Amino acid sequence: MSDINSNIPEGELASKWTKYKSSVPLVNPSNKRTIEVIIVGSGLAGASAAATLAEMGYKVKCFCFQDSPRRAHSIAAQGGINAAKNYQNDGDSVYRLFYDTIKGGDYRAREANVHRLAEVSANIIDQCVAQGVPLAREYGGLLDNRSFGGTQVQRTFYAAGQTGQQLLLGAYSALERQIGMGKVEMYTRHEMLEVVKIDGKARGIIARNLITGEIERHFGHAVVLGTGGYGNVFYLSTNAMGSNVTAAWKAHKQGAYFANPCYTQIHPTCIPVSGDHQSKLTLMSESLRNDGRIWVPKKKDDNRKASEIPEDERDYYLERRYPAFGNLVPRDVASRAAKERCDAGYGVGASKLAVYLDFKANTERYGRIEAAKAGNHNPDKETCMRLGTAVIKEKYGNLFDMYAQITGENPYETPMRIYPAVHYTMGGLWVDYNLMTSVPGLYCTGEANFSDHGANRLGASALMQGLADGYFVLPYTIGAYLSKEISTKAIPTDHPAFVEAEERAVGILNKLINIKGTKSVDHFHKRLGHIMWEKCGMARNEKGLKEAIEEIRALRAEFWSEVRVPGAINELNPELEKAGRVADFIELGELMCIDALNRNESCGGHFREEYQTEEGEALRDDVNYAYVAAWEFKEGVNFELHKEELKFENIKVAQRSYK
Amino acid sequence: MSTGNMNLTLKVWRQKDNKTKGALVDYKLADISPDMSFLEMFDVLNEQLINKGEEPVVFDHDCREGICGMCSMFINGRPHGPKDLVTTCQLHMRSFKDGDTIVVEPWRAAAFPVVKDLTVDRSAFDRVIAAGGFISVNTGNAQDANNLPIPKMQADAAFEAAACIGCGACVATCKNASAMLFVSAKISQLALLPQGQPERYRRVQSMVAQMDAEGFGNCTNTGACEAECPKGISLENIARMNRDFATAKFISEETV
Repeated sequence: MSDINSNIPEGELASKWTKYKSSVPLVNPSNKRTIEVIIVGSGLAGASAAATLAEMGYKVKCFCFQDSPRRAHSIAAQGGINAAKNYQNDGDSVYRLFYDTIKGGDYRAREANVHRLAEVSANIIDQCVAQGVPLAREYGGLLDNRSFGGTQVQRTFYAAGQTGQQLLLGAYSALERQIGMGKVEMYTRHEMLEVVKIDGKARGIIARNLITGEIERHFGHAVVLGTGGYGNVFYLSTNAMGSNVTAAWKAHKQGAYFANPCYTQIHPTCIPVSGDHQSKLTLMSESLRNDGRIWVPKKKDDNRKASEIPEDERDYYLERRYPAFGNLVPRDVASRAAKERCDAGYGVGASKLAVYLDFKANTERYGRIEAAKAGNHNPDKETCMRLGTAVIKEKYGNLFDMYAQITGENPYETPMRIYPAVHYTMGGLWVDYNLMTSVPGLYCTGEANFSDHGANRLGASALMQGLADGYFVLPYTIGAYLSKEISTKAIPTDHPAFVEAEERAVGILNKLINIKGTKSVDHFHKRLGHIMWEKCGMARNEKGLKEAIEEIRALRAEFWSEVRVPGAINELNPELEKAGRVADFIELGELMCIDALNRNESCGGHFREEYQTEEGEALRDDVNYAYVAAWEFKEGVNFELHKEELKFENIKVAQRSYK
Repeated sequence: MSTGNMNLTLKVWRQKDNKTKGALVDYKLADISPDMSFLEMFDVLNEQLINKGEEPVVFDHDCREGICGMCSMFINGRPHGPKDLVTTCQLHMRSFKDGDTIVVEPWRAAAFPVVKDLTVDRSAFDRVIAAGGFISVNTGNAQDANNLPIPKMQADAAFEAAACIGCGACVATCKNASAMLFVSAKISQLALLPQGQPERYRRVQSMVAQMDAEGFGNCTNTGACEAECPKGISLENIARMNRDFATAKFISEETV
């Protein structure tokens, strides 16, 4: 069934990566000095790869659109990073992390990639600690762990609610070290607008200097995209305002297949929308589900305050439906369950599109433990709450502060109101085992690729994958390609392929500026987001998807005749930047709906209403859809489907159960 | 859904580029909701300007959840506005009153030149980090993470210093445009950890030298930086940096 080759090495699953590493061709140090690698993106996947490749001796150029590589959106990840260290002696192992990730991904990820991810996960923690990343510790001085959804072991390492920040600053410091030594040339406030292909291979990029508006040509023997996910196609998401699909989409239009675009992760615990002015949504870390219990009133349209609803009138629906995993079911399951309750009329808050996340029971439990430690074995309730609040504050203080700041409510006194929001995209550029896209010499790492999370990502696995790709996978696999490029001299950027790529990029910028329509870029972005959320969001159906495709096509036509982009090309012009990104989101949105329509099953983050069990759980079709849908871009805006069959040789495929 | 009822007057710094002179320009805004963030209020302003055919105000922002450090508005004479311990993106309009006049300027410091309107160039911070804000450990060199126990108090103190988001509020508020809070936070994080010891004194010398070369001012112990820091980075870090810097002069054999 496969018509594309994923280049998975032969042999036993557990030894594939070890064997690959010892047999992959190498590039000798003097040749590395003349080989140039371009890395687009400076988040966990980009910064770690840039630093590591420079340490190995390659000449590296790294690009980011922010004013500093330290600001990439990996910085906002809160909860933690998984690693199969088994420090808690709770039965964890590489195999279990592999198994949990495949199962959590609803059997739609590639076994070999996921096993490799689990194998290198422990090295990541070692590397980060050596860099001085201050991960949380216990009083004995050893590293602490916590639980995340979809697992029954404690394998998540963390730094308060700022794990992404600390890991990124570690990678950033490694990158800055190489910049200081002149081994990486850093281009901040630059946006990649085109991939340059020569004789079928990626040989460079066209970038725009966002300050001056100048268009620049950059050569590389290979190009790596670590440019993040495309959640902002929904307009409202937990992504940063600048997060975009443009680099990946331009690569797609140059021949890189886009895989499983319909797999989007809706995170169950975000602060609900408060009004039409909303520009983004804020996540409340999944780690809160360790100590928070999710509930709604048992009575429909109950307008009482949370504190006035007695215990026996509360429906702890996750604990009720999934007794084994309770509040720690995977994200897709938790999100759909919240939507189900709200759609049925049990939602809370002014919008009725929210459920409670309540810390009271665990605050009291912690308080009792603290009191006992201090010798008080019969504490009153007030003492328990006072002592317990201090424990909760230490664990989640910054998240509680953020909640209070955004909502104006005190979460220590009243339960948080939460609702699902777009958070992560499992789909992305198709890559083989080497992380190379379908364009030779063009690689893709981190959230921007599709490879490791199947149809649903488990919590604390994004940081793991970004750093695995950048520190431990790409630096080996790219050598296989570059070892054959040692005699390729740097290609001058007056080569016709560079000229042509630049013309394409400039053509689009000119077109956008010259439309001089009547509606702002945000106007179109909001409308696109509305279509996507309503018809390609938490639940999809055939009728809605067909409508969405028509609506998006109409929106694309309107955008290209009615958008207003003020200012000029040769200056700092954020509206122009946004316009280019939204143009790409509109095309991507159409492909997401096409992909969702093609996939006549429900799996992970892709829930087709037509395909569910009697209990409302996702109903997969392993006979017909156990494949990666890799889409090829065709002239106009058309897409051709290629399939990579998924073979499960080491795991028994079963219906996911968290009951 | 909230409907807004606040009317505001904004005085916003407009400057075409770093060669052109800038000025404060007045804008009126109506129907602002108290639940909006300060940057969402600016989104409303920009939408109005675009619809009128004028150029929107350029300002830096990205994550809008207080962690990336990109947003940087000097609001009514204070970096990130009137509330303690928040960034501009986490400041909400409920902190203001109907009828208020709000003055919004860029960070002002010689080492942070204005790029356009409210956007400044903070690349000096990156160069200070590149001068020594790291531990020299190549990928693949690490031992097992639990082979090096670190007392919790010490790890927590390093974490508190590491919480700096590099926004530059400390520089913007300092009368000397000193970067000592930022620089000392990184120096402290690494000086507090055993992994940071081998390069400890070399690091402090090279980072301080780069800080001076970038044109940041000196510290005169006013403490405005600590008061305005959205992440509560402590002045103790500056004391630690100064101690290490002095020690380095006595014990270090290498001059950097």
